[in-house]
Amino acid sequence: MSALTGTRHLTRLAFRLDRLRLPVWVLAIALLPMATAAQYKQLYPTKADLDSVRAVLSTPALVAIGGPLFRVSLGGLTAWKIMSTELILIGLMSLLTVVRHTRTEEETGRLELISAGVVGRHAPLTAALVTAGLADLVAGALAALFLLATGLPATGSLALGLAVCVTGLAFAAIAAVAVQLTENARTAIAIAGAVLAGSYLLRAVGDTGPTWLSWLSPLGWAIHIRAYAGERWWVAGLAVALAALLAALAYTLAGRRDVGAALLAQRPGPAMAAAGLRSPFGLAWRLHRGLLAGWLFGMAVAGAALGGAASALTDQIAVNQELTDMLARLGGSKGVTDGYLGAVFGIVGLVVACYTVQATLRLRAEESAGRLEPLLATRTGRVRWALSHLVFAVVGSALLLAAAGAAGGLAYGAQISDVGGQVPRLLGAAMVQLPAAWVLAGLGVALFGLVPQATPLTWVALVACLVLLELGALLNLSRWIVDASPFAHVPKLPGAEFSATPVLWLTAVAVVLAAAGLVGFRRRDIG
Amino acid sequence: MTDAISVSGLVKTFGRTRALDGLELTVRTGEVHGFLGPNGAGKSTTIRVLLGLLRADAGTATLLGGDPWRDTADLHRRLAYVPGEVTLWPSLTGGEVIDLLGRLRGGLDAGRRATLLERFDLDPTKKGRTYSKGNRQKVALVAALASDVELLILDEPTSGLDPLMEEVFRTCIAEERKNGRTVLLSSHILAEVEALCDRVSIIRAGRTVDTGTLAELRHLTRTSITAELAATPTGLDALPGLHDLVVDGPRVRFDVDNEHLGDVLRQLTGCGVRSLTSQPPTLEELFLRHYEEELVGS
Repeated sequence: MSALTGTRHLTRLAFRLDRLRLPVWVLAIALLPMATAAQYKQLYPTKADLDSVRAVLSTPALVAIGGPLFRVSLGGLTAWKIMSTELILIGLMSLLTVVRHTRTEEETGRLELISAGVVGRHAPLTAALVTAGLADLVAGALAALFLLATGLPATGSLALGLAVCVTGLAFAAIAAVAVQLTENARTAIAIAGAVLAGSYLLRAVGDTGPTWLSWLSPLGWAIHIRAYAGERWWVAGLAVALAALLAALAYTLAGRRDVGAALLAQRPGPAMAAAGLRSPFGLAWRLHRGLLAGWLFGMAVAGAALGGAASALTDQIAVNQELTDMLARLGGSKGVTDGYLGAVFGIVGLVVACYTVQATLRLRAEESAGRLEPLLATRTGRVRWALSHLVFAVVGSALLLAAAGAAGGLAYGAQISDVGGQVPRLLGAAMVQLPAAWVLAGLGVALFGLVPQATPLTWVALVACLVLLELGALLNLSRWIVDASPFAHVPKLPGAEFSATPVLWLTAVAVVLAAAGLVGFRRRDIG
Repeated sequence: MTDAISVSGLVKTFGRTRALDGLELTVRTGEVHGFLGPNGAGKSTTIRVLLGLLRADAGTATLLGGDPWRDTADLHRRLAYVPGEVTLWPSLTGGEVIDLLGRLRGGLDAGRRATLLERFDLDPTKKGRTYSKGNRQKVALVAALASDVELLILDEPTSGLDPLMEEVFRTCIAEERKNGRTVLLSSHILAEVEALCDRVSIIRAGRTVDTGTLAELRHLTRTSITAELAATPTGLDALPGLHDLVVDGPRVRFDVDNEHLGDVLRQLTGCGVRSLTSQPPTLEELFLRHYEEELVGS
């Protein structure tokens, strides 16, 4: 029996287990560039339109977010806009796939069951890498094909697909090493995810200053393949070489350890609970604090970057008329800067709502995992337990919006020497989104309390809000469809007038939904 | 003496499945009560109703003199629970979980906590995600046993423990009984219930099929014997306490009540024993033998 015996069967098993998950990932990655290209085609029909955006897109904050704009063309702009998102998505898909089919299987003990059969020592790792690699290949190929279909040049489309594919391979290999390091799948995801985040930061800093930093980052390589802007094919070789090297390292490490074991030992924790861990809230604080801290950091950085970019959009710059119109629709103001800020904080509101939903749905996650039962067998009441988690959805979302608004105000205010004026303005623009995010929390609680199996639909509602925001403005959808999203009712600050009515209404809807959910939760079966 | 738990005519349905179908259960204060039944018989469902996690469709349930659905918080001060499938928070250590559950229940005896950790050989500094099934169960057991409560509700608490730890668990339960606590111990292992319990309720398919002291259920505690003898035995069928005898030349197979085991073995030795295997009947065999007909009949 060779070390690879059974790889084919395990690969088939992996595809069977992922038959829904992987196609969704692959399609999303393949369709995004095409959708962006189509949108830009409509937005900038002429060369002059394209040239007009150059000044805006070369501001340091936007270069840090998306990378340098190598060439002003439809393809160049599309690649610039979508590349970072694509790379992060393919990186996540690859690393999650590899961890899922290696360490998760090992941790749950399912691998032991498989290893006892006719399966070679390296078959599980190989099957995971083959699965992720095939998904990367298909995603890259489809992305290139779809771009071609929009009428973009073949060479550039191929380069973009290739960049996406090789980045996926690199992160599959990074995950293959990460799973050798730790006994725990979540930690392996955290390690590989940290490498992904680090690569992004290196590239962001490198592209705005010391260029050599970008060349240390796999994401930097992918962007410097320069799709649609004088392709440099050899750069793709760097990612392939890294993938091969790390895969070899993973096999060496895997050969030296026992099934279930890892290279990094688990760190012990405290033997006694701290004094604060004595109430449902104390427990909720322990469970939510890491996530909240990460989000706070992220929203502060994002707020500063977005606020910093605003100064480049002074009203004097002659900007494409369609862009101005779009910003006016999204941001609710005829002034370009205020329109931009209004649009940006509308998106910030939706992003923060992701946290709101995540924190709210923790209720169902705790229940499904069976961790609620032992708590309710103590004198902890149901509503008190639920509220201890909801505090984080409600107050945590407010903190995140405040962080984004204050950081944006500081960054923008510092550039136009008006910190005292801009901080409260942008703080207001961010905080006004809060009631809309709360409505999603309310919906989550209502589903959790009344139809617990349907709780995940809250995510669907959030995606619907996002789609309505993006497409509603572009496609001129009829008013009542757009109005289904709570975010459609938020006053578009800082450009528009503040109006208390929608804010109060949204808050009231959120409270009623949450109250109905809690009443239902008190009366229903647990489990 | 009052009853710690009294359940009558309990019905609970999930969709089309009738998980509990008129269940009866009485646990007297101060006794260790075995709650015996095969997997899926409704043991956990009954316990969840008693904890106020599920709402019964019909029937009555009284726990420590209160209504488990209405008086939840008050009742839960006075009891501790170990679930059958223990899941812990991945980022909390075992020690933290023990303290948290103890505090939420209203207090924990620090001395007892230390003793129990030592007896169960449990490392409290490991994170929840790294514990094995057995160790997760130990965390829940230590948290429950270290609390100062009147009633312990244990749902198959030994299913992940090794034999050594099972022994520790038995000693602990014996101590609890001496301290006057009431224990409801659900299990699908007959021997465990035999070793620990004063009284037993046996359920199947959501109904109570038998209940009583171990002496009253003596007919359950038989041993199955298969033996090969030097000569064809005679007079075996005249012995008291012997059931289902099959004689096949020098080979015999039968069940015997444990109290008559000595007499039967003496008789066998007289015939010259070449080989002998004995085993306690499995719960499934018992059910098949004793309750199948009743169920079909009803």
